[in-house]
Amino acid sequence: MRLEPRAAVPWTLSLAAPAGAVVVSLALCGFLVAWAGAPVLRAYAQMFQGAAGSLFALTETLARATPLIFTGLAAAIAFRARFWNIGAEGQLYLGAVAATVLGTGAIGGLSPWLMIPLLMIGGALAGALLLMGPTLLKLRLGVDEVVTTLLLNFIVILFVGLLLEGPLKDPMGLGWPQAEPIVAEGELPKLFGGMRLHLGFVIAVGLAVVLWFVDRRTTFGYAARAVGLNPQAAAYAGIGVRGVMFRVALISGGLAGLAGVSEVAGLKGNLTLDLSPGFGYSGIVVAMLAQLHPLGVVAAALFVAGIFVGADAMSRSAGVPTYIADVIVASSLLCMLVALLLTRYRLRR
Amino acid sequence: MAWLDMLVTASFWVAVLRIGTPLIFGTLGELICERAGVLNLGIEGIMVAGAFSGWLAVYLGAPLGAGILVAMAVGAALGLLHGILTVPLGLSQHVAGIGITLLATSLSYYFYRMVFPTVTEPPRIQPFQPLDLPGLFAQTPMTYLAFLLVALTAYVLYRTPLGLAVRMVGENPAAVEAQGIDVTRLRIGAVMVGSSLMALGGAFLTLSAFNAFYFNMINGRGWICIALVVFASWRPGKALLGAVLFAAFDAFQLRLQQLIGGAVPYQIFLMAPYVLSILALIVMSRRAGVPRALMIPYRKGER
Repeated sequence: MRLEPRAAVPWTLSLAAPAGAVVVSLALCGFLVAWAGAPVLRAYAQMFQGAAGSLFALTETLARATPLIFTGLAAAIAFRARFWNIGAEGQLYLGAVAATVLGTGAIGGLSPWLMIPLLMIGGALAGALLLMGPTLLKLRLGVDEVVTTLLLNFIVILFVGLLLEGPLKDPMGLGWPQAEPIVAEGELPKLFGGMRLHLGFVIAVGLAVVLWFVDRRTTFGYAARAVGLNPQAAAYAGIGVRGVMFRVALISGGLAGLAGVSEVAGLKGNLTLDLSPGFGYSGIVVAMLAQLHPLGVVAAALFVAGIFVGADAMSRSAGVPTYIADVIVASSLLCMLVALLLTRYRLRR
Repeated sequence: MAWLDMLVTASFWVAVLRIGTPLIFGTLGELICERAGVLNLGIEGIMVAGAFSGWLAVYLGAPLGAGILVAMAVGAALGLLHGILTVPLGLSQHVAGIGITLLATSLSYYFYRMVFPTVTEPPRIQPFQPLDLPGLFAQTPMTYLAFLLVALTAYVLYRTPLGLAVRMVGENPAAVEAQGIDVTRLRIGAVMVGSSLMALGGAFLTLSAFNAFYFNMINGRGWICIALVVFASWRPGKALLGAVLFAAFDAFQLRLQQLIGGAVPYQIFLMAPYVLSILALIVMSRRAGVPRALMIPYRKGER
């Protein structure tokens, strides 16, 4: 058997790939669910019910999808240019730190119309600045960005711990390592009364549309894609490969930083060390499921968020450990990789 | 000078070797994979799976030696998965590796919760004991195994036809093919062997250094090993040197932490290993002898 490249990928296949990957992944994980003693189909039905069965469940899923859209876009835009930013987790936390520094009383008396954009810009800059280090090391010295961005995640989380026990510690926090809450003007408004879904979701979807437009309709988007497909050819065609990569990295880090702002100012209210249960890493899965397409990221983030929210419900009623969500998401990623291969190549005997 | 005295005590160097052992296993494992041309970012998760499966086997009644074998088998199985995805299928080694890490970690945690649904503290096992030897040599058998494996890997890589083929497949797979050797099998085999060593590194933590499995136990050690491979210029001897140097620094900061604890936040000390890894990468990046076919999938007849 061998692989033969397809001349063109039909759009039906591009849509069938993620669907197929998800189905295969759910089928494989069905064995784990059955091992936990739960009837598989009913357990999955409960999962779906828990993720989308009511308005409340749906808004919870959308709220959970919000940071995943940001980190998914961060991964997608970077991977498109073959820049392997695996550090979205750290950039998310540093964005949250920036929002906390700016938004807990240091600046007062601004209207929400100024305060929210200020927090957003601050968080995006913090995330972008953090990624600047690995980017410059890669472009100037040829240091692999995968390892540097991964290691920075650990450094940043320790740094946040340091801040939360020191300068940023909430004196009213009863000794818990948490920061003061974001002031009311900086809070992202909730979309529905009584639900946790907030403005961050709208911003995330808006950014996905903007990035899709940039990707399809601007020379920068064209250059970024060219660099990702073949850097030598791109350079030969007169594209400044380093400059493009630098800008891609800025955008990617900024998007991950925004995820932190959105979580702190929209959902949690203050910075803690459990702000993100691995949103940076799940963002990679989201980006791959979306085939690095900005609009696909929104759909993929909804799916991944639904798995996590639904797994909580399934865990409560069917007694399956919640880690099943992480297993489903990880195996979806691997299945998606194989599915992507089958869209680009066909198997020949 | 209290901190200088510390460096010459035997107990300090005993600690260095203990801290260094999992890094030796992991770095050696990653080195073998990369020498064959496959980056294995699954290392972090494979170490988690090795730590968990070895410990679980011993908890369920297997002898410690069997625990090691179980961990190695689990590592090899994950290596096989990574190998199939990256070698014959030629998928992105970055993304496949991250996928393996996510899968191995989440599966370990899921299995843990299935076997121990309600426990808050993981049950303990009777781990390997240090040999009753004087001074520096009072190590557990697994540390001796790590040193032995460095020598064995160096011997196989540089003194046997198999080692030559592995090195060559990381530099020029077409030349290996021309010799009539199956590139796919060779690469998958190397990834499986390397992955089983990574799992050993994880198992050292639960079977030797500690006596139970904890979440977040690996805590970036796998990523540090990847940096150490670059630091070592893909050579087993230098990998050993790098791992020990690194461990010495880590042991030193641990002692320093006890010495001047209150004055500096403890997180600064905990950051040190990661910062050091990045610095090591920067220093060595110019002189690195990276295998030329690293991360380049090989397809017969495709140029």
